[in-house]
Amino acid sequence: MGSMDSGIRDVRAGRLSSSAYAEVFSDLHPPLSRHEAFVESDRCYFCYDAPCMNACPTGIDIPLFIREIAADNPTGSAKTILSENILGGMCARVCPTETLCEQACVREVAEGKPVKIGLLQRYATDHLMANGQHPFKRAEPTRKSIAVVGAGPAGLSAAHRLAMHGHDVTIFEARPKAGGLNEYGIAPYKSVDDFAQKELDFILEIGGITIQNDKALGRDISLDALKAGFDAVFLGMGLPGVNDLGLDGEDAAGCIDAVDYISVLRQSDNLSEIPVGRDVVVIGGGMTAIDVAVQTKLLGAENVIIAYRRGPEHMNASDFEQELALKNGVIIRHWLQPRALTRNEHGEVCGITLDYTVMTDGRLGVSGESITLASDQIFKAIGQTPAEAVLAEANIALTRGRISVDDEGRTSIPGIWAGGDCVADGEDLTVAAVQDGKIAAESIHRALMQQPEKVSGFVEATMADNSGGASVPEQQSSQPSHLVS
Amino acid sequence: MADLSTNFLGIKSPNPFWLASAPPTDKAYNVERAFKAGWGGVVWKTLGEEGPPVVNVNGPRYGAIHGPDRRLLGFNNIELITDRPLELNLREMTEVKKKWPDRALIASIMVPCEEEAWKAILPLVEATGSDGIELNFGCPHGMSERGMGAAVGQVPEYIEMVVRWCKQYTRMPVITKLTPNITDIRKPARAAKSGGTDAVSLINTINSIVSVDLDNFAPNPTIDGRGSHGGYCGPAVKPIALNMVAEIARDPETRGLPISGIGGITTWRDAAEFIALGCGNVQVCTAAMTYGFKVVQEMISGLSDWMDSRGFRTIDDFQGLAVPNVTDWQYLNLNYITKAQIDQELCIKCGRCHIVCEDTSHQAITSMVDGARHFEVIDEECVGCNLCVSVCPVENCITMEPMVSGVDPRTKMPIQPDYANWTTHPNNPMAKLAAE
Repeated sequence: MGSMDSGIRDVRAGRLSSSAYAEVFSDLHPPLSRHEAFVESDRCYFCYDAPCMNACPTGIDIPLFIREIAADNPTGSAKTILSENILGGMCARVCPTETLCEQACVREVAEGKPVKIGLLQRYATDHLMANGQHPFKRAEPTRKSIAVVGAGPAGLSAAHRLAMHGHDVTIFEARPKAGGLNEYGIAPYKSVDDFAQKELDFILEIGGITIQNDKALGRDISLDALKAGFDAVFLGMGLPGVNDLGLDGEDAAGCIDAVDYISVLRQSDNLSEIPVGRDVVVIGGGMTAIDVAVQTKLLGAENVIIAYRRGPEHMNASDFEQELALKNGVIIRHWLQPRALTRNEHGEVCGITLDYTVMTDGRLGVSGESITLASDQIFKAIGQTPAEAVLAEANIALTRGRISVDDEGRTSIPGIWAGGDCVADGEDLTVAAVQDGKIAAESIHRALMQQPEKVSGFVEATMADNSGGASVPEQQSSQPSHLVS
Repeated sequence: MADLSTNFLGIKSPNPFWLASAPPTDKAYNVERAFKAGWGGVVWKTLGEEGPPVVNVNGPRYGAIHGPDRRLLGFNNIELITDRPLELNLREMTEVKKKWPDRALIASIMVPCEEEAWKAILPLVEATGSDGIELNFGCPHGMSERGMGAAVGQVPEYIEMVVRWCKQYTRMPVITKLTPNITDIRKPARAAKSGGTDAVSLINTINSIVSVDLDNFAPNPTIDGRGSHGGYCGPAVKPIALNMVAEIARDPETRGLPISGIGGITTWRDAAEFIALGCGNVQVCTAAMTYGFKVVQEMISGLSDWMDSRGFRTIDDFQGLAVPNVTDWQYLNLNYITKAQIDQELCIKCGRCHIVCEDTSHQAITSMVDGARHFEVIDEECVGCNLCVSVCPVENCITMEPMVSGVDPRTKMPIQPDYANWTTHPNNPMAKLAAE
């Protein structure tokens, strides 16, 4: 730890031997083999009104898809998954299942060992994507066109559902590649083998979706133009900005936006070219903080410290993610908040001073003590921010800076829907964004086609396939039936 | 420490675990390995008459039903009787018996249904020093097409005739092995007894097709595109075997006839259940063919420890204890009322009890109480059927609790403390005549 005293920053690429990179960035959870999938699927109790299913933001019929795996029908299983979540493959890899479906699993309650729902979902979706054709067909063309802003999980989900209903969709994406955080933000060991692009290709197989890359809202296209040129607009542009630390010198070399760093790492063909410090400090307590900490550690940083201003129970990163960081040798220090950056003679950041914090009567304050940590790289991972200027110009209603929507994803402006991280109360989860896109797409479809509410699901889909759209009687409430018969 | 030794028809063995006549007892090599592992006796793989031996298929002989973790639940075979020369088998049997005098060695025999054939082979077998013979009237495939095995076992008159010949031409105890591929197991058992058999053994394997290959549309195991029915055995057949054993044990005509129990015995508990239903010993095949001969060591220790815990000194002490409790439906106590009860501490809220009761039974379990997921029995609807207990994944979470007094909330009728069955029930139009 000499960087601060000497002022010489130790930031280097190629800290590992060239053969080591592939190994350290390999699949975090290797996929289940066919036999493992049979054994694991047999553990599912096929619960009534299954808690896992209710815990899934996209409402995937989990007991059914697991039973289809158990019965050696992984194709049918994948269809069950994808009918509710077209990004089921990525969600199988990146969902924090330990706080969603697997936390709700009755076997978690019973024995602390939930059914490995995420891995089973991956088994089924991998099977279909490797062997099958796109499982959905487009409806007859409606001649309606919809603009989708942002080719991330929300936008892709909306686009696929709209295309399936027969609409023509154009996606405008600010970056050179589609996929959003799946492409630019997910840690490489969670999505190996360029999965985000494979999934994108899979989604586009439905047809009727055009993507225009390098087209940012407010820079290359305007909302007014979209409103004028399309029958409906869906905004799913995520959170393009990041929060600043609010410290002097944070523009200096050595103080880095974690999201940018991760995206560079994701796009790299040669990880040995990514520069990484010997001493790394990460500021933040969410998934991004964990991701950048683990990845710098894997790239060969010697000391990686996450500094978070509150306690472990307040961290947005799940227990699993925190454990993952600890397992990789990252140190997590709680109750520390940044006060000042130390810079060397070249003006580069080489250290950070942090105040110890205390919680008094529910308010966070500083204790008066502080600590200074040497750092060759400081990563800012304290949250992302909406496209403020664009949204202000659009005159769209906001809540705490994010777009206000109703439960169908409708914004304050007729004809414009929104979903994903850019809307208020967004959960910052891929799976939640997928659900937002799906709900908004159904709402757009109903609005454009002037159709009443339609229930989707397995029975509906099956009946539609077999009898050309016969409707299913509304399900009876099961509760008072014992009194009826 | 319990004494596991048995004396079955005067044939002594150190424990009640015999290997059934099957591939594991095909030759001296296997049988000696079995004895070293601790098996109390073997029934040597079925001998045929002198001359060119039978020929087996050279494709797959076995088929299986697996659980998800490849646990073998049911097994089937199309193998025939021994395909080794008679003289070789007899020589090896003689040597093995001499070497292992404390173990039981039984010869299984299947020859054509002609007096001369039996008359010819019996002295040859007797000369080996074997402790007894078992008549294979059960083999359901191949041999039955040639008028042997199950073809004899399905005709009580043939059974009686052959048993009579055997009793006439040998001094060895005769065990008649029965096929389950009949309508009423009591008929062949009675015939065997009439012929003078010393015991019956059952069950032999059940006619079966374990599965159909959906790529080639042929039964498994498939031999060059075609398959044949085989004999089903293993854990899956145990309930069928237990019932057939019980039928013979409680039939007034065969009561007391010694029984050697066979059918899916895999652990000590299975063996204890057969013995409790009247068997004097048990025979095992599939468990050994699944795990090897060592499984007998678990059976020996398990049975011994259980007997110790229950205070049974010998096998005789609990043999047949369950027989008096097997009865006809019409004699079951209709005044015995039970209600399911869910232990909320143990409940993991999977809801399976609710949905099976709601969809397929009596709508007697809630799914929601005061807006919360909660599974509770509605006594007014519960008929005490035990379905919820059967499907609950948590042992002892749902129990059937007898109601001993008060009013049954379902029928609104007072609970009667006395025993009453269908034969005298007012709804029975044939009350008192309802014996059939």
